[in-house]
Amino acid sequence: MARFLANRLALSIVTLFILSVIVFAATQLLPGDVGRNVLGPFADQKSVDLFNHQVGADRPLLVQYGDWIWKFLHGDMGRSLQYQVSVWSLLGPSLVNSLKLAAEAFVLVVPLSILGGVAAALRRGRLADRAITITGLSLTAVPEFVSAIFLIVAFGVFLTWLPVNAQWPQGTGLVGQMRYLLLPSLALVMVLFGYIARMARHGTIEALSADYTRTAYLNGLGTTTVIGRHVLRNALLPTIAVVATQTGYLIGGLLVIEKLFNYNGIGQRIYIAAQNKDVTMLQSGVLLVGVVYLVATFIADLLYSVLNPRIRFGSVE
Amino acid sequence: MTPEPTPLALELRDLDVVYRVRGQDRQVLRGLTLTVGSGESYGLVGESGCGKSTTALAAVQYLPSNGRVRSGSINVAGRDVVRLSRAELRKLRATEVSMVYQDPSQALNPSIKIGRQVAAVFRVRGIGRDEAEERTAAVLRHVQIADVGSVMNRYPHQLSGGMQQRIVIAMALAKDPALLILDEPTTGLDATVEAEVLDLIAQLQAELRTAVLFVSHNLGVIGKMCERVGVLYAGRLVEEGPVDVVLQNPRHPYTVGLIRCIPRGGVRKDHGRLDTIPGFLPPLGEELPGCVFVDRCGLAREICHTVEPPLYQLGEHHISRCHFHEEAPELPRVIPADLGQPLPLDRSSTALVRIEDLEKIYRQRGHTVHAVSGVSVSIWPGETVGLVGESGSGKTTFARALLGLVVPTAGTVEVDGRVVPPKLARRSREDVEALQIVFQNPDSALNRRHTVRRILRRALKKLAGLTGTAAAARLLDLVQSVRLAERYLTVRPNQLSGGLKQRVAIARAFAGEPRLVVCDEPTSALDVSVQAAILNLLVELQVERRLSYLFISHDLGVVRYLSDRIAVLYLGRLMELGPADVVFDGPHHPYTEALLSAVPTIDGGGRERIRLEGEIPSAANPPTGCVFHTRCPRKIGPICEQEEPPLVTVERDHMMRCHIPIEELRRLQQDKDAITA
Amino acid sequence: MSTIASPAAGSEARIARRETLRQLLRSPTFLTGAAIVGFWVFCAVFGFAIAPHDPQDQSFTPLLRPGGAHLLGTDNLGRDVFSRVLVGAGDILKVAPLATLLGIAGGTVIGLVTGYFRGLVDNVISRIVDAWLALPVIVIAVTALVALGASTITLIVVIGVVFMPIVSRTVRAAVLGERQLEYVQAARLRGERAPYAMFVEILPNVMGPIIVEATVRLGYAIFTVAGLTFLGFGVQPPSPDWALQISDGYSLLNDTAHQGNYWIVLFPGMAVASLVIGVNLIADGISRALER
Ligand SMILES: Nc1ncnc2c1ncn2[C@@H]1O[C@H](COP(=O)(O)OP(=O)(O)OP(=O)(O)O)[C@@H](O)[C@H]1O
Ligand code: SF4
Ligand code: SF4
Ligand SMILES: [Mg+2]
Repeated sequence: MARFLANRLALSIVTLFILSVIVFAATQLLPGDVGRNVLGPFADQKSVDLFNHQVGADRPLLVQYGDWIWKFLHGDMGRSLQYQVSVWSLLGPSLVNSLKLAAEAFVLVVPLSILGGVAAALRRGRLADRAITITGLSLTAVPEFVSAIFLIVAFGVFLTWLPVNAQWPQGTGLVGQMRYLLLPSLALVMVLFGYIARMARHGTIEALSADYTRTAYLNGLGTTTVIGRHVLRNALLPTIAVVATQTGYLIGGLLVIEKLFNYNGIGQRIYIAAQNKDVTMLQSGVLLVGVVYLVATFIADLLYSVLNPRIRFGSVE
Repeated sequence: MTPEPTPLALELRDLDVVYRVRGQDRQVLRGLTLTVGSGESYGLVGESGCGKSTTALAAVQYLPSNGRVRSGSINVAGRDVVRLSRAELRKLRATEVSMVYQDPSQALNPSIKIGRQVAAVFRVRGIGRDEAEERTAAVLRHVQIADVGSVMNRYPHQLSGGMQQRIVIAMALAKDPALLILDEPTTGLDATVEAEVLDLIAQLQAELRTAVLFVSHNLGVIGKMCERVGVLYAGRLVEEGPVDVVLQNPRHPYTVGLIRCIPRGGVRKDHGRLDTIPGFLPPLGEELPGCVFVDRCGLAREICHTVEPPLYQLGEHHISRCHFHEEAPELPRVIPADLGQPLPLDRSSTALVRIEDLEKIYRQRGHTVHAVSGVSVSIWPGETVGLVGESGSGKTTFARALLGLVVPTAGTVEVDGRVVPPKLARRSREDVEALQIVFQNPDSALNRRHTVRRILRRALKKLAGLTGTAAAARLLDLVQSVRLAERYLTVRPNQLSGGLKQRVAIARAFAGEPRLVVCDEPTSALDVSVQAAILNLLVELQVERRLSYLFISHDLGVVRYLSDRIAVLYLGRLMELGPADVVFDGPHHPYTEALLSAVPTIDGGGRERIRLEGEIPSAANPPTGCVFHTRCPRKIGPICEQEEPPLVTVERDHMMRCHIPIEELRRLQQDKDAITA
Repeated sequence: MSTIASPAAGSEARIARRETLRQLLRSPTFLTGAAIVGFWVFCAVFGFAIAPHDPQDQSFTPLLRPGGAHLLGTDNLGRDVFSRVLVGAGDILKVAPLATLLGIAGGTVIGLVTGYFRGLVDNVISRIVDAWLALPVIVIAVTALVALGASTITLIVVIGVVFMPIVSRTVRAAVLGERQLEYVQAARLRGERAPYAMFVEILPNVMGPIIVEATVRLGYAIFTVAGLTFLGFGVQPPSPDWALQISDGYSLLNDTAHQGNYWIVLFPGMAVASLVIGVNLIADGISRALER
């Protein structure tokens, strides 16, 4: 298992490196000159040059890249071109906010969708299965901002149960914050439900038709025991991976949801930085999203290998 | 008080089972009646698709969801399973009936330790944790698992196939069932491992007096394992009787045909062709008003089409469902035995293909695996060399290196005395054309999106350089030479049966003028009747074209039928190479001896079984000295562990790698034959 | 053991194939999906002709509630919401399919190459694909669109390119499965070159997964274009695009006096939802039919 995880870790690091190159290259493509973008079209060339020199934008690209990544690894993300404050001082709190939102969405969606998927598999081909599958499929298909609009219209506008704006007032307690985050979380839940449920359903069906399940039944074990002990464990292993990869989607989805609910998360930051061509903020924000994703997949690998004896005890990569 | 008579372990009465396919019920089992007495072992044989597994699954009430018992009754240990409630059925399964099926690696839950999985069988009957654990250890010891403590703490994937199957058997017997159902329990295992597992089953059965329903397509296995046998065809029992009576004196044309198809008793291609059964099993659910076998029967007459033959009582317990059962033994041959004979070989000329010191090392995560180590074999024009050995012995790697599909680490391949490049892409068209292959599985060997015509046209273009009308004309020759009807040219492979597909694959290999064709288990995915037809075809093509074969198979009867010489591989090393008769009749290498004695044959009795002890060592870490010493029953001492014996010529054309001198081997092996005779 | 097929098996298999098609035409999922998508395609093509008002006409009273002359009300600029919803699929139905096509084509090639050659080529490309996949589609797309400027062409290219690695994963997995089948070795053994083996031998056998992937991807493409448009990086005004209508109107939801003027965003929202659901129902129907 150590070998497997070391392997995965090494891969993640390589991936991260390639990722940083992609992000850096992409932000270099932003049109125009850094100083010009920040100071505006009317600033004179001298001050633009001076600005570029100050932020180091006049150095060779390789040096800029090296400098950026070196500092990033040491927790220094540089200064925001737009706000002229340290990037981390803005990104940090936003990241925390986003993680809160993501956490609430996950806490809701994971048990719900796994339950749905397993229930569908156990009633395969019957009405309940079709209902769960089609509902999941439809919810997943609808863009998150559209689901959010439906939720807002229903719960915010007509029923007025929940706040339409996600940003809680200063001094709101954790439970209060959760209330504010409920609508955006539900919108994310709607999108995620279908995937995870589908995966759980698929895994369960596979495990149900496996020979070892037949062995268990033919040994006189009852349905509950067979499902609980033999089916679920093998069925849900692949689901872990899906849950992890969905964090990637989740953070992307935040971009839209955070804007819609006017919530100060990392998505909102990236969005504003992109609009204002705040290169330092954008670079670090995007890379940070990548890091979060890679960390999540690594945790999933860890979990997977602990739960899967075929990896825990060698033999399978 | 008189003891209650023990009920029959299994009793099927007029059982009709249907599968629902595309909205229609299709009959699979047709009025099947059979009984297995308490303590009896009953074998059920038949070709693929005739309903064997369906019978087994029906008996435990575990038919696929689209399957249904339409009528008839199934009694297990005196209880009608069709009418049992869920709870009663569960109890029955927990105590009275067990089932073991083909792939043991699938039958065990990959994420539960062996100990817990086996203990569950006790736990479900309300036995406490500690006692369950003790009894688990006991049953595992019973199935001859060494080191029980450590095995109980392992996961299935950490054990070999043979071990896994023994554990499955331990689980099945743990409940001391009245009936044990075995559905092809050793298919897919190596012959040596199969022999071990069969011995174990036989021994346990004798000990525990458990009734056994043994399902297999292999008559040899049934002959060895069972007291009575039933022959199933298209869901009908066509013949039943004591096993030696049925095998020695079959009285149904289907049974007669089945037995004739099998190359056995040392028959060789120059003795004559194998007989076959023409035609095909009727499709699922076909209406069959008369005899189910009528389409394929050489004795069929008017009455067979319309009147269902009753079960004729032939002798005590011997029954046959044939109107003309007296004539069955004289069933006319489909294939005349005496077709063209292979020409005698001439080994004085240059070899067609010479493989020198071939070595292939795979590197995997820090390990090196010696798949093939220094193997040299030459093949002369018109010759067939059989290649045998357990799985993992390097047969396929050797063949692929010869063909250029894998690049050997060392060694050369010569054709006509000329060294050919190791990489396929570097070989000239003539060399590519000269060395061809027929794969094991025709399903995956043919592109399922291309029609037969397209497959063959492309081969003609690339291998023979033919296009246009020349190709069209040659195409017709080609399909005729593999006895494929022209109408099949327009279809795709998935519309053909296994045998027909294999003919297409053979035609493809023969599109050019191959000099040597590698046959990698070409018939092991086929039924015996189809196998016989394919073997006949290979012989015919050899007679016509005087080409050579490298024939790989685990079925020694088949290898013997086709081969002029035999090469025996073990852990990538050539252990023995010699003329087929010599290698088979001895004196032979101790490993060859063990391989041969592992094969159950219809002819019954015969050789004393030599058990191979222990597992096949890993090629990543082969034993020191003679690589076979960890399992060799004739090991002579420390020399075997320390010094690798060289491959030496022990008599004319016969090479061997063993420290025991040939005369000594001859004596030892004759003694043994004398004892068993 | 392979099952023995009868000589009639030929026609049997053909029946099975026709059955697959018939199943598709009888599947309520597929039919519902096709009907919905068909409806919107029809509206996109003929919408301007059948709409009761000019979708761009700003001359009506703003913020009229649904009912009366304006079935779905009017927006804050005084345009007829019903007419705008009818024609609002036009741009997305151009961008999404083209982007999908591009993504499928590129992804198929990458997947075939990585799956066929394995080894170094596969390792290098797969690492890049992994890195690419670590970024959410929307994030990459936003960055790229800011860099390249938003236009229909860049939108198509960016989404197409962003989809390529995702598609390539699916294709690669399918190719890996095929590659180990002996018919590929058989092709090499008659001297075929790699492109022939990839495109003529393997490609037809992985068409099933590719078709399924294409339909699923189309759903995502619509999803993504709508999201980007909502953020302001996708379809640009003055298009009557649904996502644009939502983007323009959602801030009015706070206006509790007018029940949040919900009609401005709710109806385009329902339209988007129905379109993506329709596409996904088609995808589901096809994959089920091919599964059998
Ligand atoms: N679930 C199913 N639905 C429809 N047909 C089935 C199903 N299972 C098996 N069949 C068909 O029923 C027939 C009998 O199958 P069965 O598996 O019992 O044969 P078998 O004798 O065990 O064959 P084999 O030697 O290949 O294991 C075959 O034609 C098979 O294709
Ligand atoms: S009943 Fe007729 S067709 Fe059937 S096996 Fe006997 S002779 Fe052949
Ligand atoms: S050398 Fe020794 S161990 Fe090897 S086969 Fe001969 S007797 Fe057996
Ligand atoms: Mg079977």
